[in-house]
Amino acid sequence: MQVDNVVCAFCGCVCDDISVTVEAGRITQAKNACVLGKAWFLSHGQPSDRPAAMIDGQPADLDKAVDTAARFLAQARYPLIYGLSSTSCEAQRQAVALAEVLGGCIDCCTSVCHGPSGMALQGIGEPTCTLGEVKNRADLVIYWGSNPAESHPRHMARYAVTTKGMFIPRGRKDRTVVLIDVRPTPSARAADLFFQVKPGKDFELLWALRALVKGQVLDEVGLVGTGMTLAQLTDLAERMKRCRFGVLFLGQGLTQSRGKHLNTSAAFLLVRDLNSVTKFALVPMRGHGNVTGVDNVLGWQTGYPFGVNFSRGYPRFNPGEFTVVDVLSRGEADAALIVASDPVASLPGKARQRLTEVPTIALDTHESETTRIARVAFTTSTAGIHVEGTVYRMDNVPLHLRKVLPSPYSSDEEVLGRLLARVKELKPC
Amino acid sequence: MPDGKLILITGRSTKQGTGISTGKELAEYQEATTILELSRADMARFGLHEGDTVKLWSRFGEATVKCRPEDLPDGMAFMAFGSTINQLVGNETYASGMPDTKGLAIELEKIPA
Repeated sequence: MQVDNVVCAFCGCVCDDISVTVEAGRITQAKNACVLGKAWFLSHGQPSDRPAAMIDGQPADLDKAVDTAARFLAQARYPLIYGLSSTSCEAQRQAVALAEVLGGCIDCCTSVCHGPSGMALQGIGEPTCTLGEVKNRADLVIYWGSNPAESHPRHMARYAVTTKGMFIPRGRKDRTVVLIDVRPTPSARAADLFFQVKPGKDFELLWALRALVKGQVLDEVGLVGTGMTLAQLTDLAERMKRCRFGVLFLGQGLTQSRGKHLNTSAAFLLVRDLNSVTKFALVPMRGHGNVTGVDNVLGWQTGYPFGVNFSRGYPRFNPGEFTVVDVLSRGEADAALIVASDPVASLPGKARQRLTEVPTIALDTHESETTRIARVAFTTSTAGIHVEGTVYRMDNVPLHLRKVLPSPYSSDEEVLGRLLARVKELKPC
Repeated sequence: MPDGKLILITGRSTKQGTGISTGKELAEYQEATTILELSRADMARFGLHEGDTVKLWSRFGEATVKCRPEDLPDGMAFMAFGSTINQLVGNETYASGMPDTKGLAIELEKIPA
């Protein structure tokens, strides 16, 4: 059986043109998917013999596991809910409701990928556009601190570089592509211009570009050690001003380097400035398939996109205080619920150590380093393969996930809904 | 004693990305997340050959990994995201929520075969 127009929920590109072949209860092909998407469809589209629930590493009855997990959470003084970037918005809504009932902290993978972009957005505003506008209009495409060839393999072909658009009839020939990074990644081969900048100098370069865009005179001396000359930077500023529609794709090279939200704020300000000269937009290169969705869900329900604390009965936002690395490494969280994420593999040592010291509950579609240390682990079905749902593409466009296979496992939404109901019984508001 | 100082960049690689789905316990993911990439000049400077084992230190921890030459600027090392390299990453987020996972100062020592 072939199912067309299936949505891939692996990365922030959320490609919606995948043709999936299902044979004997498993996915055998994922036509149009990139290497990352194929791995996602083919791996998650296989039968699994994992127990639906485990307590302390032993198979357990689902009801018992729900009750045990709910008791851990209800008894905690500072429970943390984290992850949520690879599940549906419907599941994310349940997680936010649970955090509120618990009076706990809820954070998502945004805090360790594009949290600094969210902070810049709040301070400056977001001069943004959809990927459809990029496809149809963008004649200048800049990737800064991003390696789409490896992180978002179809981004260039489907949305931004080689694809033809309404006002870009010749596709690649009608666009100028610029890559700015600290190393020559595979993406550099697709660029017309590659600027190899020095690590930690992004802010200086973005600020210098702002000055050049505004027509101010700069001294070459100020750029020593940045990796770019004044002539190169002046040429780039002129290209930015001359283009009809420019887009700056922001990567983790800016968010994870020294400066963080100051780097992203400089980029947002540069793009804002450029809009007094031409049309320019900025789009963060969001990694996980629905990390943009969890920002949106948290935004609707709490007013904040990540790092939200309910301990006073109302939502508070403070990166560095209520964000996962900080809450865990300071030893504050005394129970953790991890949904569709593997922080034991992805967080720094002290933070992940804390997850082994407190009762950790994990919901995941497969075994991970986090499920292995979890006191209670639930195996859940995969949103976009076994269950329908909503995900948000990196440009904040929502897309509907299709179900292509049945699953013996409950969805994240169902397990979180059951945890919420049980916690309400144990901890009446 | 360490043989030299480097600036470490961590990031996504294709094999690390596919391994998230196919299984982090599999050899391909393990290899992708335990290999340090260095410039050819730095490999020569440290007397390293592809596949040699090196020990890395940062202010926050240490890790032992394999190494290989790659097209990188001298003085820079790259390693794919994963639990091995996260041993070198600190917990300080400077009021941003984000730890320093790029631009981390590390030191390297060759481990004799």
